[in-house]
Amino acid sequence: MNSIIKYLKDLFGGIKTLLTGMMVTGYYFVHPKEIVTQQYPENRKTLVMLDRFKGELVMPHDENNQHKCTACSICEINCPNGTIEVISKQTETEDGKKKKELDTYIYKLGMCTFCGLCVKVCPQDAIEFSNEFEHAVFDKEKLTKTLNHPGSSLKSKQTAQ
Amino acid sequence: MTEEIVQHDIEQEEYLLNMGPQHPSTHGVLRLLISLKGETVANIEPHCGYIHRGIEKMCEKLTYQQIIHLTDRLDYLSAHINNEAVCLLVEDALQIEVPERVKYIRTIISELSRLASHELWWCAFGMDMGALTTYFYGLRDREKILDIFEETTGGRLLQSYNCPGGLMNDIHPNFQKRIKEFIPYFRKKLPEYDELLTGNVIMQERTKGIGPISKEDVISWGVTGPSGRGSGFACDVRKHHPYSAYDKVQFEEILFTEGDSLARYKVRIAEMWESLKILEQLVDNIPEGDYAVKMKPIIKLPEGEYYQRVEACRGEFGVYVISSGEKYPVRVKLRSPNFSNLSALNRMAAGFKIADLVAVGGSLDLVIPDIDR
Amino acid sequence: MAFSIYDLTAFNQSIHEALVQNLSPFWALIVEMTIIGLVFLLFYAIVGLFLVYAERKICGFIQNRVGPNRVGPYGIFQTIADFIKLLMKELIYIKNADKFLFNLAPFIVIIASFMAIAAIPFGLGLHAIDFNIGVLYVMAVSSLGVIGILLAGWSSNNKYSLIGAMRSGAQIVSYELSIGLSLVTIVILSGSMQLSTIVEQQRNCWFIFSGHIPAFIAFVIFLIASTAETNRGPFDLAEAESELTAGFHTEYSGIKFAFFFLAEYMNMFIVASMAATLFWGGWMPFHIPGLTSFNHVMDFIPPFFWYMGKTMVVIFLMMWFKWTFPRLRIDQLLKLEWKFLLPINLFNIVLMALVVLMGWHL
Repeated sequence: MNSIIKYLKDLFGGIKTLLTGMMVTGYYFVHPKEIVTQQYPENRKTLVMLDRFKGELVMPHDENNQHKCTACSICEINCPNGTIEVISKQTETEDGKKKKELDTYIYKLGMCTFCGLCVKVCPQDAIEFSNEFEHAVFDKEKLTKTLNHPGSSLKSKQTAQ
Repeated sequence: MTEEIVQHDIEQEEYLLNMGPQHPSTHGVLRLLISLKGETVANIEPHCGYIHRGIEKMCEKLTYQQIIHLTDRLDYLSAHINNEAVCLLVEDALQIEVPERVKYIRTIISELSRLASHELWWCAFGMDMGALTTYFYGLRDREKILDIFEETTGGRLLQSYNCPGGLMNDIHPNFQKRIKEFIPYFRKKLPEYDELLTGNVIMQERTKGIGPISKEDVISWGVTGPSGRGSGFACDVRKHHPYSAYDKVQFEEILFTEGDSLARYKVRIAEMWESLKILEQLVDNIPEGDYAVKMKPIIKLPEGEYYQRVEACRGEFGVYVISSGEKYPVRVKLRSPNFSNLSALNRMAAGFKIADLVAVGGSLDLVIPDIDR
Repeated sequence: MAFSIYDLTAFNQSIHEALVQNLSPFWALIVEMTIIGLVFLLFYAIVGLFLVYAERKICGFIQNRVGPNRVGPYGIFQTIADFIKLLMKELIYIKNADKFLFNLAPFIVIIASFMAIAAIPFGLGLHAIDFNIGVLYVMAVSSLGVIGILLAGWSSNNKYSLIGAMRSGAQIVSYELSIGLSLVTIVILSGSMQLSTIVEQQRNCWFIFSGHIPAFIAFVIFLIASTAETNRGPFDLAEAESELTAGFHTEYSGIKFAFFFLAEYMNMFIVASMAATLFWGGWMPFHIPGLTSFNHVMDFIPPFFWYMGKTMVVIFLMMWFKWTFPRLRIDQLLKLEWKFLLPINLFNIVLMALVVLMGWHL
């Protein structure tokens, strides 16, 4: 007799647990308001990324097309993957002094692991991460980017103040 | 060539099945060579190395700051905890005392990582068992944690928030508010997990008594983390060798003695509750102070050998460094929990059905890049 | 001549007469068969596409998602787009596969499900063949599909496929018993195996109500066993994604895969319509004896819609199961059948016989 009671107990206990699970899924089925999916390409206009999101490395330029990079190459040394390549050139100033200046700042997005060391070590705060996250391109070459704008120059101390 | 006819003894012959490298339930590129007898698994031979990247060797040519970001790529679900291990090692070797604030924030983010990781495990475990809906419920809740990460650290999966001496930047002003919103939300959702999967009679039948392993075996195979604690092996590094702010919080080490898949499952579910408790204790008490100690740009560890262990989401994660006093380490050894956990798989799942192998593998919560390194 | 959508017998009769007047009886029969075949083919395709869409939408809502919503409004053309994609895909030739059986298997599966449709009464007069052993015929034909699954698994030369096929064989052999016995319960109640008679008998009260507890138990068992027989829900061991990648159809691609896919949904439709016909009165409107005005309102809805509505409810139940429960293991699956369903079923038949003998049914 006990075994029959146990059999029935198992049976109805099992059915009860199954119904409990079905209640959960059933609840969400009749509550479409709980849907959390973001309709991505449609909500592109209203999509706000959080400030600190590490999308890609950029070099901010001001309205005079001037950046803050002194081509010191600390970011290049600190980068673990060889993502950054700083090419500098020697220029002569009016009073005859030789000066190192940024020629091209190459950033290979495909190799970047977004560790953030470059931004952290930069003494001039010349580079930062932007929120851009749509990186898909059809050509691998396009992932190699030049960060300084053409014709840009170093922001002088006077204009900075 | 004449075709050779070989007389097979069908009763004796083993049916070899390659599970992986591409298989839905190995969660990555793990290859398990299984000998089958009918549906019963006779022997499991794991073949690793499909995602071997030589991280330990790479570390020998990188500075200590740069090593940190490579440890992300081991167990990507406990990225922050792995980073913390390297940072703690460097700080310990240089005898730097980091501010209390840093310790608290590190602990909070570690626990959030653990929650996120266990949620993902729960999703994947349900998938392995064939309950596909769990995946979406788990990811829905994990998304909230990832948003907290993104706001403060800038990364969602791999945070890169640690550096020797502290943190990359201070917490976002919304950090505490968001966590305080998340805790009640998740306290409400967690019972749903139990209703949907834990209590389910099919799930109970599928896991109870499946893949058992004794405490002695767990210790000798080096199975740590929730998988080890499911067999009664008290191995919680947070409890026994507290680091960061774990000595300041009250929490229980979850121990089950059954050692089967259900016990491992229950340990993880209970750990989620404990993580919530730890978060509640810490979130309001973050002390004021600096977020980092000023460090020299080039870190040179004094000559010697160093070891630091932390409790990652899947077990004990250890970093072992030999330094010769240069800015690069001479040798780095990473003790990854999944490698040891995987080694016990044959012990657990041999003699059970194929479906049980999947359940046992799910209950071990393997992350393949951590196995191959 | 006016036709009523409530009774299509006259409509069928007029087509038949028109054909007989113009053609010899033999050719009239051939034309009629062709027309019916084409109608069923169209019906089959539409229902298959709709069910795939419905499943994806339902599971989307259950899982806090919105489901397909890109192709057309609310994604209604998604399955058509998928179908076109499957048509254009390459049919991969597998080395060392038994080519003949490999190509034959999807057809067996789809023909088995196609044959079963013929005996199902969709409405008054919407009935291809009214066998006097309709229940037996549907059961016999729908269980043919397992041969296709076994062939597919065997001929693919793939270990996962073979395991899946063998599981499926063991599963269907066992669950066929439960389906049979639960249908026998209803046959005892109605005293007939002819589907039209069974539906007619439920004019005043559906069998699930008039048969009291035994009919309800039989319905639950039928629901479980038919879910198992269609390889769905918690019983999808034959394709068990997380264990056997895709089970018996791992190696199939393109339109051959689509056949398996379509056959799965059609089998679900067939068992759902059997459940609706035998337990919920098929196309019979919902009547409560005594409430004449209520019954008239119910009669206003055409029989075909009653039939489809009931079938869809059963299909929804089966989808709800699938998206909630974890999968069973093979030995548990057999245990459920032999230790729970079969004894309960045998007991239930005795109970039903008692109910019928004592005249307790309504």
